[in-house]
Amino acid sequence: MDAIQKELLAQIADLHEVPQGAYNLRVNSQGAGRNTTENIDIVTKKDKDGIDIIIKPGTKHESVHIPVLIAQTGLEELVYNDFYIGEDADVTIVAGCGIHNGGDKSSRHDGVHTFHVGKNARIKYVEKHYGTGEGTGARIMNPQTIVHIEEGGYMEMDTVQIKGVDSTVRVTKADLADDAKLVIKEKIMTHGRQYAKTDFTVDLNGEGCGADVMSRSVARDDSKQEFVSRINGNNKCNGHTECDAILMDHGCVTAVPELTANHLDASLIHEAAIGKIAGEQIIKLMTLGLTEEEAEAQIVSGFLK
Amino acid sequence: MLELKDICFDVNEENVNKEILKGINLTINDKEFVVITGPNGGGKSTLAKVIAGINKPTSGRIIFDGEDITDKNITERAKSGIGFAFQQPVRFKGITVKDLIKLAAGEDISTAGACDYLASVGLCAREYINREVNASLSGGELKRIEIATIIARKTKLSLFDEPEAGIDLWSFNNLIDVFQKMHDEIQGSIVIISHQERILNIADRIVVVSDGRIAHVGSKDEVLPGLLGSSAGSCKYFSAPEKEVSK
Repeated sequence: MDAIQKELLAQIADLHEVPQGAYNLRVNSQGAGRNTTENIDIVTKKDKDGIDIIIKPGTKHESVHIPVLIAQTGLEELVYNDFYIGEDADVTIVAGCGIHNGGDKSSRHDGVHTFHVGKNARIKYVEKHYGTGEGTGARIMNPQTIVHIEEGGYMEMDTVQIKGVDSTVRVTKADLADDAKLVIKEKIMTHGRQYAKTDFTVDLNGEGCGADVMSRSVARDDSKQEFVSRINGNNKCNGHTECDAILMDHGCVTAVPELTANHLDASLIHEAAIGKIAGEQIIKLMTLGLTEEEAEAQIVSGFLK
Repeated sequence: MLELKDICFDVNEENVNKEILKGINLTINDKEFVVITGPNGGGKSTLAKVIAGINKPTSGRIIFDGEDITDKNITERAKSGIGFAFQQPVRFKGITVKDLIKLAAGEDISTAGACDYLASVGLCAREYINREVNASLSGGELKRIEIATIIARKTKLSLFDEPEAGIDLWSFNNLIDVFQKMHDEIQGSIVIISHQERILNIADRIVVVSDGRIAHVGSKDEVLPGLLGSSAGSCKYFSAPEKEVSK
């Protein structure tokens, strides 16, 4: 790996070398390294571009890293990754995409990730997106995440996009069986003329299942964000969605909640708050000796922490 | 030493000019412990905000340690040694108690160091240190954290706007100790806006502010009898007495 690729890898996966455990590294649309373990297998798809990640039932405390790096201008790819998480497994999956675009053509990574979370399995899925490079070419990422959680399964999805992605449409669709739980924490910051749209649809099908979808975002400069959160309560279930956004400069944020209760015992809540940084927050930090700019930076970094 | 020279502060409400402060002259000496009291709406909080730089006076000058700070902004005043505890502490999503104390201390203090400040205001530090300063904290908890940040700043002049508001009686005795200890240790001037007799009792000097003016200044022996001895409606310092000061 060269210095640019190492920098991307550090940003999206906090990795400085090849990771421990199972991993699959993809650089400029080519496989650049893979490791499997006794419990976690990674297989290249034959019918389309992508991989299958198969985690054996009962696998505990293991992790899988599948970072994607693009450092070539004009490269566009569509990748399908399927995750099969066996019953009772408890694992962490770290994905992420870093694009360094030094040229004038668009670089684009579209990924479709499908999760099959087995009965009583627990997974934490971490996804970071980062763009850099001095070129004028756009850095585009359109991730799709499809989640099926079986009875008693649990998935926590942390997605972060802090810097450098010019355009993104993130679609997440989930369906939950009895007693399954889904927690989504999204953090986004856009600047310049960037555009970010997130679109969540959660079908709460099972009895006693629940979902919590939380988004915190900051829209700076002339950037635009859209947050669509659709929760369908089709059984006795709990659903909560929350959009919390800070506006700066000429940023623009749209929050669209859509709750549908198809069952008498479905309990669904939506909360949304969009606004600039409260003046009193800045004043308080200034009374501690911070300048206005330092106070603002502190508030934003705390908010997105 | 802080000198307020003929401070006036006007606001414009619906095109009507309203005088909130009407020529305040006051000197706070080094290491002095001053309590400002008086009826609600009399201008006490506005005066504190004028000192901290949050409100800019319409006229008059503010001299701090011999330097005219009237035109200095909030940050510059904070850096020159003025600390200010808000009456209604501000909430922050994502900023933890430890972050706030660290910012107040102005250095990267250890968790143990931050815990000491929390313990001094009667909070069990381990339970609070990593919590966010958000709506999950009660008003009383926020208030004590606010006081801890001012202790951590160790400023030459510390202003507290009604620190007792929202703090339960059980913790209140400790609060008096906190101010006395802070006064002994930091050796700075302390100015507290308060209606509480027990806080008035530990003051070197009491300033009564009413209707935008200083109605009276003196030692507690001079001022307290006038405040406490009067029955409701007949206080000698102001015409609209508040229950808080007459109990």
